[in-house]
Amino acid sequence: MTTSTTVIDPRGSRADVFRTCQSTGRQIHLGAERLIKAHAVASVVALLIGAIAAVLIVLTRWQAVHLLPAEWFYRVLGVHGMSMLIFFIIFFEVAVLHFTSTALVNARGCAPKTSWLGFGLMVIGAVIVETMMWSGKADVLFTSYVPLRADPSFYLGVILFAVGALIGVSVFFINLVVAQREQRYEGSLPLVVYGAVTAAIIAVITLLHGAAIYIPTYLWSLGLMNVDPEIYRVVWWGLGHSSQQINVAAMVAIWYMLGALTIGSVVVNEKISRSAFVLYILFISMASAHHLLVDPGMGPAWKIVNTSYFMYMAVLASMIHGFTVPAGMELGMRLRGYTNGMFEWLRRAPWHDPGFSALIFSVFVFGFVGGITGVTIGTEQINIIVHNTLRVPGHFHATVVSGTAMAFMGATYYLIPLVFQKKVAFWKAAQIQPYLFAGGMLIFTLSMTFAGSFGVPRRHWDISFSTAAFDMQFNPVVDVLLAFVALGGLLAATGAFIFVAIAVKSVFLGEPIGQIPRGVAVAGIPAGLTHPPVHAVDVDERNAALHADSRGVMGPMPGTVVLVFVFLAAFVVYFFVNWKILSFVWKIG
Amino acid sequence: MHLDTHTGLDCPKGVWWKPAHKSEKLWVTIAFAWCMVLFAMMPLWHWKGGQNPSGIRRHTTPAAYGQRLGEFIAQYQTGQDRGIPIVSPPPGADVYLAAAQFQWLPILRLQKGVEYTLHLSALDVNHGFSLYPINVNFQVVPGYDYGLRVTPNASGDFRILCNEFCGIGHHMMVGRVIVDDGPVAAAARIEP
Repeated sequence: MTTSTTVIDPRGSRADVFRTCQSTGRQIHLGAERLIKAHAVASVVALLIGAIAAVLIVLTRWQAVHLLPAEWFYRVLGVHGMSMLIFFIIFFEVAVLHFTSTALVNARGCAPKTSWLGFGLMVIGAVIVETMMWSGKADVLFTSYVPLRADPSFYLGVILFAVGALIGVSVFFINLVVAQREQRYEGSLPLVVYGAVTAAIIAVITLLHGAAIYIPTYLWSLGLMNVDPEIYRVVWWGLGHSSQQINVAAMVAIWYMLGALTIGSVVVNEKISRSAFVLYILFISMASAHHLLVDPGMGPAWKIVNTSYFMYMAVLASMIHGFTVPAGMELGMRLRGYTNGMFEWLRRAPWHDPGFSALIFSVFVFGFVGGITGVTIGTEQINIIVHNTLRVPGHFHATVVSGTAMAFMGATYYLIPLVFQKKVAFWKAAQIQPYLFAGGMLIFTLSMTFAGSFGVPRRHWDISFSTAAFDMQFNPVVDVLLAFVALGGLLAATGAFIFVAIAVKSVFLGEPIGQIPRGVAVAGIPAGLTHPPVHAVDVDERNAALHADSRGVMGPMPGTVVLVFVFLAAFVVYFFVNWKILSFVWKIG
Repeated sequence: MHLDTHTGLDCPKGVWWKPAHKSEKLWVTIAFAWCMVLFAMMPLWHWKGGQNPSGIRRHTTPAAYGQRLGEFIAQYQTGQDRGIPIVSPPPGADVYLAAAQFQWLPILRLQKGVEYTLHLSALDVNHGFSLYPINVNFQVVPGYDYGLRVTPNASGDFRILCNEFCGIGHHMMVGRVIVDDGPVAAAARIEP
């Protein structure tokens, strides 16, 4: 995509200057593009801070190194949580919202001043929070459970950030309404935008919970009111858990986008995919109960209903996307001629394209590790052998890091040429980055999960308990596992640093792209742009042949059918093994 | 059969509510059935299983709980270890354990195969009850009394870790639970 012509759109005001994307022919609104860039840059800065914190943390939990003193360990752990889970992810998501509500529907970014106000509030809030945490005035970790007390400015910083994010989300909805009124697109919203709408709706619910808990907590920190510790936990997790559903919805939207860009994934069935997004909104947006299963505040009925909403419909939604995303990839590849056997479509995919490798790792690790562990440990009784052990971060690093962050990184390899119009710097490093990051996180999450099953606590400075009242020693295997946690963590952090270096170099010092050459591999431009995955002219005949009744129930995507049943088998085994382990512990009721 | 070949970046034209392929229908059906199993296991375990986080749940205050704890210790104390009282309640008793920055009070001496009602509460901030090496974990919240009916199924010298961050001395917080095979003579109960 290059700036060829800038068009002043007659439907908008004078400020609405567009350029035409040469890769995709889409109209890109320059005002919206500046917002996307600003949010993306802020996101990468937060990622850098979070990754530095990550290195310090794993080097401390690796008992043989035990780098930081206790006070700094907990401080840096708090910084890691806020920088990654709030600032990195939400800045990136607001960038995604500005992108999907403008570029993907040829629309303009509305209310530019309001949008910049939102961005400004987010930056100010983030700076306040980081300052408070680094200066030791908010040693309350990410969850800041009342009555642990931080400096009031900390809560105020979080509130400002949330208000800024809410403004960004509001502008997203305004953009889409205006785009429809101005008839910028024909038909329905693209599936990727539909996914972004899902993320945005859940974001509103999340941010309202944020207001409902952080405003009272701010007043409490000033001594103006009381906040019950259990009620804090309930409402806080309405923010904390549903924010993870924003990540899931945004990530799935990006899966569909990267599939389309890298290998020409098709949407196998709009009804199924869109219904699954609706299930996210209806059935998980307020599921804070997963975190409160062994809390004294609520009874079993509340816990079961709120964990599952009776039928785990949100789990169903993820299992549906777990089918439709690879199915779309498989069908897209088969339509382009990769029809041999069960898995030629996967084998012959562009594994050297970091957009594709990031996508496939994100899908697989999110599903097989993050999904299976998450549903299992979020079961009321199984949580007894899991709560606050290393199994918990073992799970959520597989979802939010291996899944969401990996997908966002993959998307960035396309956003750099498409939005920033620069070549991706350090191209060789970019090609191996997803392997390094995903591989490191896989070692990290699995080792953490195993260590957690020995009862090793999360958020703990010294599990050798050298300063504790009573001697206490874990199984020696735990030391080996924590060394692997450190190894995996350092590999993944290296991947994150490479990503930051690539992003910064590309954006600020990158080589501008002129015309994107077609059919010629160019270092710095992903294969999906130099070799667009277009379908053959006879695509309809091919599609009809693939859908022929003679192909039976496996139909056009037999490889995917095999993969999802392997997934289900792993899920069933893991789930029931955990019940078995639970049955060995003391009787509790 | 719907045979569009558009991507997720394209705007579908017209009605996109079209029949799905049978492989998709099959997967959605099986996934739904599996989700029902996931759900059903929880009520089922309440009915047939031995480990449920139900308990008796009451409001309290740190002061009231601290007072009840003091009475409990005074009533059943049989010794002390490192200045922390060892308490040997009779079978079936209500047992009180308190978490405070940065210790567990008191040391409990229980009997294998006997049910106790183990009360958990915090005197200041949130703490995490984690019994080692059994790996049983509960949230301990100030102002809430969580009374869990527990039956130790093995004897031994157990540890209680804190696994909820409770402040800068969090990692020093280790408590102790002793489980005996059977009733121990009063004299023998006293730790040296």
